[in-house]
Amino acid sequence: MRGPARLKQRLTPYLLMLPAGLWLLVFFAIPLIYMASVSLMTGNLIDGWKQTWHWRNYTEGFELYGDKLARSLWYGLLATVACIVLAYPAAYWIAFKGGRHKSTWLFMLLLPFFVSFVLRTISWKLVLTDNGPVLKPLKNAGLLPDDFHVLDSGFAVVSGLTYNFLPFMVLPIYVALERMDYRVIEAAYDLYASRLAVFRRVVLPLSLPGVFAGVIMTFVPVSSDYVNAQVLGGPGNTMIGNVVQAEYFTNSNYHTASALSFTLMALLLLGIFAYARALGTKDVLEAAGR
Amino acid sequence: MNAPHLESNAPRLDPAFRRGMTTRRGALRLFGASAAALALGACGIPGQGGRGKVNQAQIDAFWKGKSRRGRLNWANWPGYMEDDRATIKAFTKETGIRVDYKEVIQEAAEWFGKVQAPLAANQSIGFDLMVVTNGIQTTKLIELGYLAPLDHRRLTRFAEHAGSRFQNPPYDPGNAFTIPYVSGVTGIAYNTKYVKDEITSIAQLFDPRYKGRVGMMSDSQELGNFGMFAIGADPEKSTPRDWENAARKLREQRDQKIVRKYYEQNYIDAVTKGDVWLTMAWSGDVYSLASDDVKFVVPREGGTLWTDLMMIPKTAANPVDALTLMDWLYDPRRNATLTEFINYVTPVPETRKFVAADAAEAKGEDRADLERLSRSPLVYPSDADLAKLRTYRVLTQQEETGYQKVFQPIVQGS
Repeated sequence: MRGPARLKQRLTPYLLMLPAGLWLLVFFAIPLIYMASVSLMTGNLIDGWKQTWHWRNYTEGFELYGDKLARSLWYGLLATVACIVLAYPAAYWIAFKGGRHKSTWLFMLLLPFFVSFVLRTISWKLVLTDNGPVLKPLKNAGLLPDDFHVLDSGFAVVSGLTYNFLPFMVLPIYVALERMDYRVIEAAYDLYASRLAVFRRVVLPLSLPGVFAGVIMTFVPVSSDYVNAQVLGGPGNTMIGNVVQAEYFTNSNYHTASALSFTLMALLLLGIFAYARALGTKDVLEAAGR
Repeated sequence: MNAPHLESNAPRLDPAFRRGMTTRRGALRLFGASAAALALGACGIPGQGGRGKVNQAQIDAFWKGKSRRGRLNWANWPGYMEDDRATIKAFTKETGIRVDYKEVIQEAAEWFGKVQAPLAANQSIGFDLMVVTNGIQTTKLIELGYLAPLDHRRLTRFAEHAGSRFQNPPYDPGNAFTIPYVSGVTGIAYNTKYVKDEITSIAQLFDPRYKGRVGMMSDSQELGNFGMFAIGADPEKSTPRDWENAARKLREQRDQKIVRKYYEQNYIDAVTKGDVWLTMAWSGDVYSLASDDVKFVVPREGGTLWTDLMMIPKTAANPVDALTLMDWLYDPRRNATLTEFINYVTPVPETRKFVAADAAEAKGEDRADLERLSRSPLVYPSDADLAKLRTYRVLTQQEETGYQKVFQPIVQGS
């Protein structure tokens, strides 16, 4: 009887892993390997693609679109920082001063995201248009030069990115602050810490894992976003996501699109690892554990 | 209920379990590496080209056993149907075929990207009829065998009423897969509230005076043609050297920040609101979609003449209904009603007398509109008008790759 029981015991972890493992294999690993393969092919839709180990797909893509890669990471950084600046005070206020209505405030913060993304972006275009309800009065009052515009600029793209990914920053920070034991803060006051010192030495360090999780959840998708640059940007604001999208869907240049995607992925992973190193691995695990 | 305390209760790992993990890891690593090597070396993606020729037997085979189903899903561009969908209502009333009409096409390349994967996999795209411009994408759709071959025995009105220029075009010999919906001209639209000079030339799109106020199109063939007009080359006879020169000119225009944005169909909104003051534009849109301040001109260097084509994807669920509609639209009386709204070049020249008759019956502003329409060179162009216009160059696969490499990065800012 010992044999089968032992076997069962040994099999259990595999069986537990099976659903998630299969899921990852079918929808992540296989497509990823396939794309890696495509990124080294040459060809076109009519004649088909052949595996030629064409590493130049990478160098050519980088030469032509390297500045778009850099811009994507830069916009990603700007939007992530903007998200932290906006999200932290909001999350702080809701967690500590929200009282009975915490969930109401959170809900209000998330409310815009129940409206379709397309509708929100189009309404931005209506409001921010050159001679629209916001800019026209300011121009008439002489506060802005006549040719000032917000749409089709880097500012509009970063603002759009910040706006669209804000909840991904608010929620983890809120969770980190909300979990905090208030008695720890009281203890700090009892030990004659000033308000600033309490924040700097108690609240902020305890909430950093939340910030860390928020950064990962915003920086990665923001850097590869293409919708905001498409709708709110001009010719000087193209992000790498737009290039990949165009290469894949409009030009059917699957090899270039794949090579660019892998380059972006490598850069993002490098960035995240460097960031994790700088903050200490413990925080990464802690953040991942939440 | 304090979460952190739970961590101390976490089960300690059984040593046997740990040993298992190392072998498991080894197995996974081996499996992953071999799968990756296998896949990376895979021989490629087969080509699908060379399917652009059909014979009668193939046509019969496609249509055999297919019959009218009483419904139809139609994908079209904005501004191509009356706001109240009067033409569709009339069609439904006469034939009993219900039409689900969607304005989902904004740009030929983008649309091709959307439908390519399902059509390659022989899956439905949810539409039985779609309208795509002649050019790179239509050539590919034909070449890749994504379109249903047309049964011309059921397109008698097309044979009878289509203008000779609209039959048997070089990009689709014998109209084997497509028949025209409308033709149109790409020229310049400008908002007279902001532009005080008269716009007559493509050179004005490159004038630094309009810095940040110029719209160009993102479609590489539209953009490329205007670049070539600007350097005095004939797009139809252009060479790769002309493309390079045109691209340089277009890059200059972009880098001097003259171009505000590269647009799909949405330029019309931008020029109406004044975000751009002058922009590349399609003739009929200006009449049917823009405000009265917006004027359309064909520049003196020339404009692009294109044709939007009706076609049936090979996976259509209701192809007979689609064919019925295609033929029905070639009835001059029906087509005249549609033309009166959309203001594009109709493939049915006989509509002109119906438009003139409608003008005689109408009053006031409507009458003036219809009279203008019946005389408009943008709806009924004369041969002299057409001589000024150029179409897209028909490109081979090899040429197309080169062409796209030259013009596509401009829109992406490279």
